[in-house]
Amino acid sequence: MPSVMIRKGDGNELLFYIAKKDQEDPIETVETDTEEAWGGLVTLTDGSEWYIDPISPRPTFPTTLRFKRA
Amino acid sequence: MSSMTREETQALIQEVLEVYPEKAKKDRAKHLTVNDHEIEQSKKCITSNRKSAPGVMTIRGCAYAGSKGVVWGPIKDMIHISHGPVGCGQYSRAGRRNYYVGTTGINTYGTMNFTSDFQEKDIVFGGDKKLEKLIDEIETLFPLNKGISVQSECPIGLIGDDIEAVSKKKNAEINKPVVPVRCEGFRGVSQSLGHHIANDAVRDWTLGARDDDDTFVQTDYDVAILGDYNIGGDAWASRILLEEMGLRVVAQWSGDGTISEMELTPKVKLNLLHCYRSMNYISRHMEEKYGIPWMEYNFFGPTKMAESLRKIAAFFDESIQEKCEVVIAKYKPEMDAVIEKYRPRLEGKRVMLYIGGLRPRHVIGAYEDLGMEVVGTGYEFAHNDDYDRTIKEMGDATLIYDDVTGFEFEEFVKRVKPDLIGSGIKEKYIFQKMGIPFRQMHSWDYSGPYHGYDGFAIFARDMDMTLNNPCWNKLKAPWLASDDDEASVAAAGE
Ligand code: SF4
Repeated sequence: MPSVMIRKGDGNELLFYIAKKDQEDPIETVETDTEEAWGGLVTLTDGSEWYIDPISPRPTFPTTLRFKRA
Repeated sequence: MSSMTREETQALIQEVLEVYPEKAKKDRAKHLTVNDHEIEQSKKCITSNRKSAPGVMTIRGCAYAGSKGVVWGPIKDMIHISHGPVGCGQYSRAGRRNYYVGTTGINTYGTMNFTSDFQEKDIVFGGDKKLEKLIDEIETLFPLNKGISVQSECPIGLIGDDIEAVSKKKNAEINKPVVPVRCEGFRGVSQSLGHHIANDAVRDWTLGARDDDDTFVQTDYDVAILGDYNIGGDAWASRILLEEMGLRVVAQWSGDGTISEMELTPKVKLNLLHCYRSMNYISRHMEEKYGIPWMEYNFFGPTKMAESLRKIAAFFDESIQEKCEVVIAKYKPEMDAVIEKYRPRLEGKRVMLYIGGLRPRHVIGAYEDLGMEVVGTGYEFAHNDDYDRTIKEMGDATLIYDDVTGFEFEEFVKRVKPDLIGSGIKEKYIFQKMGIPFRQMHSWDYSGPYHGYDGFAIFARDMDMTLNNPCWNKLKAPWLASDDDEASVAAAGE
């Protein structure tokens, strides 16, 4: 369950930063992405998949969350 | 001048790896690669931030070097205690050339070495008492210091001294920040973890000091320079440009910086990050906690500088953007003159680099402005996010090497035959003796600044001075030189 910091990139896309691995990749898709909730299965542009129980209300970014490997 | 093809470069890597035993070969192969623009993520082609193989010559430092030497050391009005035996601090004293303004020994302490000079009895009985005494002595002898940091050397972690407790106690007593930093040299695989530990210590012990204090008058144009260590005056050459643009530089981290500047940084509007490797951690933290955006910029060479200045200006209103254009236009004639003078002398020359945190990618643009080509680059202690950024900057099919060993570097150089090498002091004399022009790119070979417009003029001059130095034709004794050599010397006209 690594700590992941999510922040906005230059083009307003969300970046997924795994501090432990110094790895930062844009998020491709988010399962639940509404005004009320954010989370579920998250896919990165490198193909890897991560999971977090949907958080509501939707968090403001940047923020640090704990993800599971999906 | 002929560049190597992808296959040739690949073959060269294979050839160099041949001498290693099977296991080391497999291991080292992951750290050497041929640049490929098709690859988006460096983890597909290079492994980094791993322990160096035992028995090879590596050029890395330790976590203490990353914290004391890089991040904390340049904060000029604090006293940084090298806690442990005398050598770690003494042999690295003042080596990085972080310039600062102040009277050393009175209100600034940058080039001095403070150490607890551990002896056998301190190892046996613990050194906490000694540390307390040392802090008292500092307070008596250097009352104008604004704070103290305790930089642990290896033995502190090994004997389990409680420097946090001492720091808290002394902090209450002397009413100044006393920051314990757990940067024992054995932590991590290189100085890189030292940067991280130092960033965390800043976060935990100083950054929030003025959170509840709004007496500092803010403006909409406040910025901080992060990750510029003012080597040879770099940060000054950058700062004046930002100020000309109408921005107010509140803090310099940490070249010529002070602890008060650090404490004020949470109040700025934008963090400007030069060395990503050593200060991205604190930038990310400030973004999350205080909502301060950060951006990487590059002040090497006019092309990159114009790009960066515009990108910085885009964060602010039109008045700044206008002034940004004025600044770029103002320096353009100066830069054109520099390029006109040096480019003909340097055009087409090939460079190999092997440096530290940001330069292996940041200086590429500056060389290109002079018509030179970087044919190989590598980092001592990068992580994959650094290589992600490097792939785009480097030419296709060029060599990239991570934590290169002494042997590999020499072999690469023998085959690639660059016209200039930029690396550190440990490599300098080897390559000079091999007859290859060399610049020490950590401390700018006792020159600098290289950042900013003023810096580029010095950079160009230095490269020319090194590359076209007549001494390179005199490496062979006259009685050994054949007629060919003389003819080529004459033809070169130098
Ligand atoms: S590795 Fe340990 S002993 Fe060596 S310089 Fe670093 S802190 Fe000192």
